[in-house]
Amino acid sequence: MMALLAISKVGVTVLTIVLALVIMVQLGLVGWLLVRNKEKAYEAALGTGKKKKYRSMKAKRITVLTIIHIVLTIMSIIWIIPFVYVVLHSFRANDYGVPFPDKILPTEWTLDAWSKLLGGNPEMYQDNRFDWINFPRWFLNTFVIACFSCVISTLFTLMTSYAFSRMRFKLRQPYMKLILVLGMFPGFLGMIAVYNILASLGLNEGILKDVALVLVYSGSAGMGYYVSKGFFDTIPKALDESAKLDGASQAQIFFKITLPLSKPIIVYTALTAFMGPWMDFIFVKLIVRGDFDYGTVALGLQQMLEREQYMTHWTLFCAGATMVAVPITLLFMFLQKYYVEGVTGGSVKG
Amino acid sequence: MAEATSIKKPNAFVAFFLSIGAWFRAFPRRFVNFFKRLGLGIANWAKGIWQIAKEGNWKTRTSFVVMGFGCLMYGQWLRGVLYLVFEIGFILFMIFEGPPYLGKFGSLGSVVQGPIYNDAGLQIGTTDGDNSLQILLFGVVTILFILIFVVLYFKQLRNAFANQERTEFGMPIDGTKEDVKNMLNKNFHTTVLALPTLGIAVFTVIPLIFMILIAFTSYDYKHLPPGQLFTWVGFQNFVDLFNFNGATSMGQTFFKLLGWTLLWAVLSTVTTYIGGMVLAILINTKGVRCKKVFRTFFVVTIAVPQFVSLLIVSKFFDTQNGLVNQILRNLGWIDENIQWFGRTHLARAMVVIINMWIGVPYSMLITSGILMNIPEELYESARIDGAGPVKTFFKITLPYMLFVTGPHLLTQFIGNINNFNVIFLLTGGGPTSGDLMTPAGKTDLLITWLYDITVNGTQPDYKTGSVIGILVFIVCAVFSLIVYGRTSAVKNEEDFQ
Repeated sequence: MMALLAISKVGVTVLTIVLALVIMVQLGLVGWLLVRNKEKAYEAALGTGKKKKYRSMKAKRITVLTIIHIVLTIMSIIWIIPFVYVVLHSFRANDYGVPFPDKILPTEWTLDAWSKLLGGNPEMYQDNRFDWINFPRWFLNTFVIACFSCVISTLFTLMTSYAFSRMRFKLRQPYMKLILVLGMFPGFLGMIAVYNILASLGLNEGILKDVALVLVYSGSAGMGYYVSKGFFDTIPKALDESAKLDGASQAQIFFKITLPLSKPIIVYTALTAFMGPWMDFIFVKLIVRGDFDYGTVALGLQQMLEREQYMTHWTLFCAGATMVAVPITLLFMFLQKYYVEGVTGGSVKG
Repeated sequence: MAEATSIKKPNAFVAFFLSIGAWFRAFPRRFVNFFKRLGLGIANWAKGIWQIAKEGNWKTRTSFVVMGFGCLMYGQWLRGVLYLVFEIGFILFMIFEGPPYLGKFGSLGSVVQGPIYNDAGLQIGTTDGDNSLQILLFGVVTILFILIFVVLYFKQLRNAFANQERTEFGMPIDGTKEDVKNMLNKNFHTTVLALPTLGIAVFTVIPLIFMILIAFTSYDYKHLPPGQLFTWVGFQNFVDLFNFNGATSMGQTFFKLLGWTLLWAVLSTVTTYIGGMVLAILINTKGVRCKKVFRTFFVVTIAVPQFVSLLIVSKFFDTQNGLVNQILRNLGWIDENIQWFGRTHLARAMVVIINMWIGVPYSMLITSGILMNIPEELYESARIDGAGPVKTFFKITLPYMLFVTGPHLLTQFIGNINNFNVIFLLTGGGPTSGDLMTPAGKTDLLITWLYDITVNGTQPDYKTGSVIGILVFIVCAVFSLIVYGRTSAVKNEEDFQ
């Protein structure tokens, strides 16, 4: 007991010190570097930098750059290694109950977990540890739910932000504030009510649960208007005015002027809406209520590790996580430009 | 960007925080003004209705009974028909659906469901009883429906009266054709906001009202519909929450968790922010090779769903089978497994550090664009004034960044108060402790505690959850309203246009 206590105390102290040191060193380094270039330019302009001094500075600079490269490499490894580990270990031999091997590369390569995950192994349905796992079905569910809720959410969000950004009407400001405040309430608390409302509409049986999920994910999409409203605000109003002079209606301005100019924000909104159902495991749990066949991948993956004997599901989890993460990551990388523009659109006007 | 304005910016940032104080000082005045305006509004409205009743012709007066009559008679058939259909629908609803819920709204039901036994003594079903939950929920729906009816009722009355006056003065009345046209032009906001508003009403507003009302009832695992009833208890739950008797009392637990929640929000916001900025600066340093490769490495981690990363890491630090303990053991550095999430301080340090791992790349993505925008002249003048590198960072880089990303930082802060995923998936709130009420743990945020006592546990305590939810809600709402009113994005809304 005492030993454990001591270890944890030492652990905390060491961690804190290391963290503080790393941050301090990095801060100092960066500040120094930022000034570095200007210093050189300044000295060159005034002709003060002596040649010998300059050479020593060059050496210093190379040292600093080397250190930065090393730091960046170490950081990249820390950030990326867990994912590499997971991908590699989805091909690991299926040794249930055996703790993590501490080797990065599996000693024995196999597609066992993958075939189980993708339903190529009927035996697993005889085993009550696995009979609730139906990954292809979850994946399909998630994909369909994501597509529908992406379309609805994007429409709702863009329409709401257009109204708030471009139209001026009574109660506009109070309504915007109201929405902001409403968003502060912990969402899952309201799920009891949402579940009952959906049940009264008959959306609590079988496949209709997935319809309910689409509604849950996209119903309140109008509340996420901030980012796209910020973007619409930056589109010059002169464009609207000139279109109005030409006799265009607000609807025409929205569809023919604002939307074509808002590609980054449309992509951003659609991307975040599409990714939502892949990442949520709280709402889906409250809606499908143990009926895992209608669940999504997020729920399934979370359930795999939530059970007591999570080690038995570990390789399956690795394969499943890879299946989910790879498409999302590719999509994200592909549309990253728009994403960054979307997030920073309002703020990086300098 | 001109140098003068840039140097002023840090002061603007300070002013931002000062103005938060001003907001609170102005609050009582606003409060009084609100009620003054409300009173005036009601008086004007009553006067208007009286005028309609006194001066209206028969068409207008018929509108008091038949909604939309005044519109129909003056050629606005689309509006008229819609009003009429709504009225019929409302009346039907109030005859067949509404009263059972509304009538029992005061008591939330009195008939308890009972078992039905067959001759052999086996239960074959249950008798019909009242379901308090549905009475409450659909009572709220019915009340909202009535409110909407009242609003539309008076709207159509005024519409009818306006039509009458317009005819008297020989002015044209907007017909159906104009109505449709306006929906795409002058009233386009109504068109585009209609569906989103309906969605918000059904999926956010009604559940919100419902959950707020739950705070005033006895809804918990001992009163679980449909088998049992719950009822109104007034402010009893609020009184119970502020019970400070004993270390494990509700009140003490609440404030201990609130303290950690705020500490966590500050720590996690600051660490990810600084970390992200440092990373951005490192990557963007002149002379660093393969900038794109490094960037990609970090950006990839943003794209991986957060719950996947968190689950992976949580299992890496598992006490018994975790990868990290395995490696440390095999290296011979430790004899006993370290309980990464088992000791209060270690667990707290771990969640903050792992949160950095999750949050730093995102923060890097946001800050790197802004960092590149800092005017070079600032650094140059600092250099001429003899400022060292560290001083430059703290006097120029940091204040500048804080100013530009201030609003973002504050939203992050609120987001962290409600950062459910990190805590729930890493520690599940643990380690548990003797000086907290079960099921609260030492790393529990208010939001995860709420989850545990409502939807996650075997003994759900919705009434308390609702009270806590309301308190969290008030804190966040007040905070974000202040922020919202003061962000440059809102103030300078018209600047770009």
